[in-house]
Amino acid sequence: MSDAHTAVHGGHHPVDPSVPVEYHHEENSLRIAGFWVFLGSDLVLFSCLFATYVVMHGRTAGGPTSNQLFDVTGFTIETIALLFSSFTCGLATYEMRRGNRNAMVMWLLITIALGLVFIGFEVTEFVQDASSGARMQTSGFLSAFYTLVGTHGCHVSMGILWMTGLVFQLLRRGITPITARKVFIVSIYWHFLDAVWIFIFTVVYLTGKVL
Amino acid sequence: MLDEGPMIWTSDVLIVLATIGIIAVLSYFKLWKWLWDNWLTTVDHKKIGIMYLIAAILMLFRGGVDGLLMRAQLSWPGLHILNADHYDQIFTTHGTIMILFMAMPALIGFFNVAVPLQIGCRDVAFPYLNAISFWLFFVAAMLFNLSFVVGGSPDGGWTSYTPYVETMFDPGPGENYFLVALQITGIGTIATGVNFLLTILRMRAPGMTLMRMPMFTWSVFITSVIIVFAFPVLTVALALLLIDRDFGAHFFTVTAGGMPMQYVNLFWIWGHPEVYIVILPAFGIFSEVFSTFARKRLFGYSAMVVSMVSIAILSFVVWVHHFFTMGAGPGVNSFFGVSTMAIAVPTGVKLFNWLFTMHKGRIEYTSAMLWAVGFIPNFLIGGLTGVMLAVPPADYQYHNSYFLVAHFHYVLIAGTVFGVFAALYYWWPKMFGVLLNERLGRWHFWTFMIGFNICFFPMFFLGFMGMTRRVYTYQAGYGWGVINLIETFGALLMGVGFLFFVYNILWSARFGERDTTGDPWDARTLEWATTSPAPHYNFARIPEVKGRDAWWLMKKNGETINGPKGVPFEPIHMPNDSGRPIIMSVFFFIAGAGFVFEWWILAIIGLAGVLVTMALRSFEYDDHHYIPVEEIEKTEAAAGRL
Ligand SMILES: [Cu+2]
Repeated sequence: MSDAHTAVHGGHHPVDPSVPVEYHHEENSLRIAGFWVFLGSDLVLFSCLFATYVVMHGRTAGGPTSNQLFDVTGFTIETIALLFSSFTCGLATYEMRRGNRNAMVMWLLITIALGLVFIGFEVTEFVQDASSGARMQTSGFLSAFYTLVGTHGCHVSMGILWMTGLVFQLLRRGITPITARKVFIVSIYWHFLDAVWIFIFTVVYLTGKVL
Repeated sequence: MLDEGPMIWTSDVLIVLATIGIIAVLSYFKLWKWLWDNWLTTVDHKKIGIMYLIAAILMLFRGGVDGLLMRAQLSWPGLHILNADHYDQIFTTHGTIMILFMAMPALIGFFNVAVPLQIGCRDVAFPYLNAISFWLFFVAAMLFNLSFVVGGSPDGGWTSYTPYVETMFDPGPGENYFLVALQITGIGTIATGVNFLLTILRMRAPGMTLMRMPMFTWSVFITSVIIVFAFPVLTVALALLLIDRDFGAHFFTVTAGGMPMQYVNLFWIWGHPEVYIVILPAFGIFSEVFSTFARKRLFGYSAMVVSMVSIAILSFVVWVHHFFTMGAGPGVNSFFGVSTMAIAVPTGVKLFNWLFTMHKGRIEYTSAMLWAVGFIPNFLIGGLTGVMLAVPPADYQYHNSYFLVAHFHYVLIAGTVFGVFAALYYWWPKMFGVLLNERLGRWHFWTFMIGFNICFFPMFFLGFMGMTRRVYTYQAGYGWGVINLIETFGALLMGVGFLFFVYNILWSARFGERDTTGDPWDARTLEWATTSPAPHYNFARIPEVKGRDAWWLMKKNGETINGPKGVPFEPIHMPNDSGRPIIMSVFFFIAGAGFVFEWWILAIIGLAGVLVTMALRSFEYDDHHYIPVEEIEKTEAAAGRL
């Protein structure tokens, strides 16, 4: 607590080399903590969408059921792409801590590419389902499905845009406490989306294929 | 436009005239630049707090006029002052505005005004985000108010229950206004919650441990936690309903597998904690006022904290009491009945602590203290009738009757509105450097408080007599007429009270007593240690906190806020002002209008604008400056604090 006052907005502390670069300003640790709290509220948002999905799952109103609809190959590739992107995003943070900008940018670009693969498959799945008549307007089940999975997809797309912007900043400014903090926050976001996807994979796709 | 009737025409004309008037005055006195530089782009929490309060007082007026129109319509059997459509729109906007666009912003205004000062820091954790929160609330309030003249207001009640508000039963943009405006202000509120949670956890002055924090700050902390976990539920409820309405999905329709009760569940999982979001900060305000004007430290400090934490937890497990009559069965209803009654225990603890704080105190009945003392018996009526409502079998009798209407007005007016008035009198000198007039303050208190009881107490009996809420008119012969007429006079008296308050503001601005000390009440907490109004940087030197009631201790030990003479100041790091929060919020408004009228080009332009402004912020690095030592010395010398 002692340094809280200088903390706010900056402050001149000697840099402790054992502290990761993204924590080199008190203000950075404040922002990272703030982002964790935001993720807490985002988690509540997804919980409500999950709850609604579970309630709506059997309410197919004569339309396709989850078992008829879900395509194992598609969602498996999506899952692999997203889980792997979380790994490459971790590697980017690792290179950031080692001060290795180019390797870091490379891993971020790979993460973005994997994110795009994920989004590509998801959009394809949505378009195919919708054109085969399984639309959001078809049943309560499909309304909930598109909304839950689509909200996650929107989050991933935001993450891709955000990360792309950060790559430009890194190329221009290198690894500084500020750019490091930004990348660290986007990586927390990315891992969070990965964790949410594991729930979607389990609750929506695996369960939906079985039940 | 032409077939909308004289009421809308009059409103149209008034809005156009007011807008022209505001633009003309600002242009004539060449105030645009001043307004932009000093207010619209500010990230200073104190100014943002003041803007919240101005907006909230305007909304109190709007919501109050709605209330008076309803009371006029109901004042006698068989009246048709309003037509049924307008009546529905007015009770919907009255409820929505009072809770989301009056009570919340008023309290959040005080979060901003008082919390950073109370914990001895220079700003909130995220000042830029704070400005965004305010402007999101502001544009949402404008959008919501616009509904009355552009396309029609929502008319499904402030809870907007499905399936009644689905497009098939409630076409037109009215309901969309409700969904979109609440969504936009809700996003800002979540940001406020995150902001104040971090401000309080991470920015306290050295020595200010959690258990030394002023009780208002504690209440804001707990409220922020509730906001962070409750508001996303509202976000989901509103979004799903909007998806139903705008895109023809079937979440809550009865056809195609939708389930209306899912909306009701989601709404109240947010809605009940929301009750505590607007009551806990008021509890915090009363705690400050009681201990200041009883000249005693707050009795049972830790018990107060524990009570608030228990209320916060319990608030999330009681939501079903809003629909006991749905038929969930005795098991479910008993659980939610008992959990609801349990909230009375910590609330009772708090009431007794306030009474013990006053016990043997040297009580000074200032206007702020009058509101605090008046709160206790009135809130007690609201709370006890709440316990009556929490008994499921009895609720089958009270449900949706005027008994309920009376109950929640006793809770929300005696709790929140009295709290807001207490806080206005209490912190007014800190905000503006001038005291409100005490004599006018007493007139304000007595007219409003008596009017309030005349208006709402008879409603308990009307409820027993079978009058249900949301009725537009009723026949003679039920025996409701005279009671309703008396209530209408009570409502008018409350209006008179409000006018006393407005007159007080105007009178005090010209003739009010200036606060040159910074501490007009001889108060206990740190916001009174700095000048009134506080300088841009709050404290030239960050105070060292040695115990609870930090400023009281400092005064007792003969210390001053700037510490021993001769120690040089250091430059102060402050965030830069920015025009982007208001611009971003205008894009939110545009996107919102797109979703209201299902005009997708507008929605896309708005959302794209939001994304671009966010990206611009991400690329901004030069966002702070230092206040040089000379400037600090000059400011402090001018305040006589060197
Ligand atoms: Cu409730």
